[in-house]
Amino acid sequence: MRYLTVDDIEALAIGAAILGTGGGGNPYIGKLRCQQELRRGKRVPLLSLDELADDAYVVSIGGIGAPIVSIEKLEEGNEGLRAVRALEEFTGRKVDALIAAEIGGGNALEPILTAMSAGIGVVDGDGMGRAFPEMQMTTFSIYGHRSTPAAIADERGNVVLFRHTISEVWFERLARSAVVTMGGTAVGAEAPMRGDYIKRAAVPGTVTQAIRLGNVVLDANREHRSAIELICRQERGTHLMDAKIVDLKRHLSGGFSVGEIALDGIDAHSGTKARVVFQNEFLSFERAGRVEVSVPDLIVILDVDSGHAITTDVLRYGQRVAILALPCHALMRTPEALQVVGPQAFGLDGVEYCPLVIQG
Amino acid sequence: MYRIGVDVGGTNTDAVVMSGRDILAAVKVPTSGDVTSGLIGALQQVQTAAGIAPGEVGMVVIGTTHFTNAVIERRQLSETAVVRLCLPAAQCLLPMVDWPADLKSVIGDHIYLASGGMEFDGTPIAPFDPSDILRIGTAIHDKGLNAIAVCGIFSPVNDEFERHAAKLLSQTCPDAAITLSSSIGQLGLLERESATILNSALIALARKTVRALGEGLAQCGLTCPFYLSQNDGTLMGAAQAERFPVLSFASGPTNSMRGAAFLSGHQNAIVLDVGGTTTDIGLLQNGFPRQASTTVDIGGVRTNFRMPDVFSIGLGGGSIVNLGGAHFDGARGDEPTVGPQSVGYEITRRARIFGGDTLTATDVMVALGRAAIGDAARVANLDPALLAKVRAVMERRLERAVDRTRVSAAPIPIIAVGGGSILVPDQLGGTTVTRPAHFAVANAIGAAIAQTSGEVDRICSLDTQTREAALAGAEQEARDKAIQAGAVASTLTVTEREDVPLAYLRGNATRVRVKVVGELRV
Repeated sequence: MRYLTVDDIEALAIGAAILGTGGGGNPYIGKLRCQQELRRGKRVPLLSLDELADDAYVVSIGGIGAPIVSIEKLEEGNEGLRAVRALEEFTGRKVDALIAAEIGGGNALEPILTAMSAGIGVVDGDGMGRAFPEMQMTTFSIYGHRSTPAAIADERGNVVLFRHTISEVWFERLARSAVVTMGGTAVGAEAPMRGDYIKRAAVPGTVTQAIRLGNVVLDANREHRSAIELICRQERGTHLMDAKIVDLKRHLSGGFSVGEIALDGIDAHSGTKARVVFQNEFLSFERAGRVEVSVPDLIVILDVDSGHAITTDVLRYGQRVAILALPCHALMRTPEALQVVGPQAFGLDGVEYCPLVIQG
Repeated sequence: MYRIGVDVGGTNTDAVVMSGRDILAAVKVPTSGDVTSGLIGALQQVQTAAGIAPGEVGMVVIGTTHFTNAVIERRQLSETAVVRLCLPAAQCLLPMVDWPADLKSVIGDHIYLASGGMEFDGTPIAPFDPSDILRIGTAIHDKGLNAIAVCGIFSPVNDEFERHAAKLLSQTCPDAAITLSSSIGQLGLLERESATILNSALIALARKTVRALGEGLAQCGLTCPFYLSQNDGTLMGAAQAERFPVLSFASGPTNSMRGAAFLSGHQNAIVLDVGGTTTDIGLLQNGFPRQASTTVDIGGVRTNFRMPDVFSIGLGGGSIVNLGGAHFDGARGDEPTVGPQSVGYEITRRARIFGGDTLTATDVMVALGRAAIGDAARVANLDPALLAKVRAVMERRLERAVDRTRVSAAPIPIIAVGGGSILVPDQLGGTTVTRPAHFAVANAIGAAIAQTSGEVDRICSLDTQTREAALAGAEQEARDKAIQAGAVASTLTVTEREDVPLAYLRGNATRVRVKVVGELRV
């Protein structure tokens, strides 16, 4: 067990944006909040999975809503705590630790913030190992945990408890409606899980992984080196290509930002053409008519110079980018998982999931 | 009537006299420490050069970096009270949370949170509380503060409570300069709030500066109205400039690009503005610079108000050239380098062609016979093969910069302006480079031709109206705003019109942004 530092948070925000694979929301606000609380003297222990008692009571937590709203209507500050307290009250048991539902993007910071106010620890792991657009797409849900009873809280003090929903999709649907009514953002805490379930179902070590990723980028920037190869080596990923964005199609469908990017290879990859499809997050990478990488593996687009993540909303014609593929965790590659987060679940018809080779 | 455009830069003050579309005279004089004496010199010289009398001048437009520099140097800024209309939301991070400590200490710790924020659809988060605002106003008054920034959540969607708060605050603080965030920036609370605070903190300086500029003009016998250029290529009157000094930030690169559009006749083009140390590269769309979509750092503060999307590379006329060759460790440095170090304004003393001993980018162009300035004999002995290599390095960097600026694969003209534009080759990436006459004073020309504008940026629902109706409604509002700002209705044209669908909001929430510009009623 160790305590998170201000520097950890700086790196975590960068790493979480990379693991966001184009989505997940901007970690900037969450980073400022965490650093502010740490500077005020709050402390938060980071617990590895084996430090967790089998009968520990763990709650997964994250912000729900539109990224554009979350940069304008900032949180009151205790939304997460109110949601956790509501669950404690309903289940009659104190929560021992929090875990991120999604390490990719801004939601990496939410459990840390709430853990600091609740005076409990945060688990080194999450339910995705990346970002995905919907709440049922966590390993927690995939391996049989039901999200309800769950609580969502807004800035006014409204707390809605979802006592029971008949499926994870129904929970997602009902929670989403409540969030829109609350003004577009809220914090959600889902049904407590036992420590032994977390050890089995959580993607392990992802907080540490994000911090490590962020530190690679920070170090590379400081030393004026390219972060791209270092990231690949450390994450056992593949540097797919360096490219320039030559076309960008984007539209709204069912509340999601959907589209595709056409890429022309540059430098060592000139002459190659590729295509990336996205739905908030990058879903597939296709070259020479063949899908080489798809969800649930991570397709990461980085600024070729800085190594910082580029999100789908700031993609632009002419940008020079490095495209990396990082292997998702084995928990995301099982038949049960692929039903929920595989290519078909995102409507990528005819795309067969072909697991990315784990390098080195 | 004639128009005078002036660009007060860090090194030089440029001035031009224009008659309609004709440039009658252009001058460059060194910038003075105070704003006015360099300006007076430039105004007098350019009028003499054009052979015109002050009474024949209809308007003067001034572009200045004065307010940007005040922020960067943390001087002449007022202590400012910040009233954020947000409660119960947004208590987690207070205003100025991400500012550098030195700047924050100049502004002071006068932060007030109140209710009166909006939701994304423009409905209140919580009811507005007039008595609370009056209480805050009294506290601000008692502290003796004369600058207030008011920032409400989603005020760009609905500014009703910001305006109401300002009315109440001006009752308790009748002498205070009040800035509303809805009049400054776009969505993104912290960034818009920061820009609003900087604006309020600059108002006292703006009043002083605008008065001084007016007096400077009067000393030259100029009694015509004068304007300041804004960073979007439009202008603001003296009264408006006193209220919105931040809108002048980064007007320099904008003026250069606008000048380039005017001089070349191209409305859509990539502009390379080559100075002594850097080259600014930007994209003209419909005659105006494309605006940045990300946050822009001003003196260490993240802001998101409209700024030209210009990026700089460390390559200019004074860039120092290193020819490569053997390194101290015996390894062979095969590639020559150019910049980012530069001799800057000392080029006339330090460059070889001017008798100095530093090899600059300009020296190389003279040695290659691409420019005829200084003493070419002083660079005649340089190895032609090496010179060609240096030239290739520069071309590659410019080509890459141009490439990065493109928005589509379609061919687009390239315009080179600025004193250092001799560095730009005649062809870049297969496109012929346009080098218009008067390229060295494009910035002052950009100031002289500035227009006026109106803008709308909001989120609306496409469930109750069509996309076309939403855009048309926003356009009408933008036109009304422009006319209010002094535009002639018949000259208005739409320069920006976009709708971006927003993820995760039902009701087809879409962000709509429309901007129109037109000629100023003179």
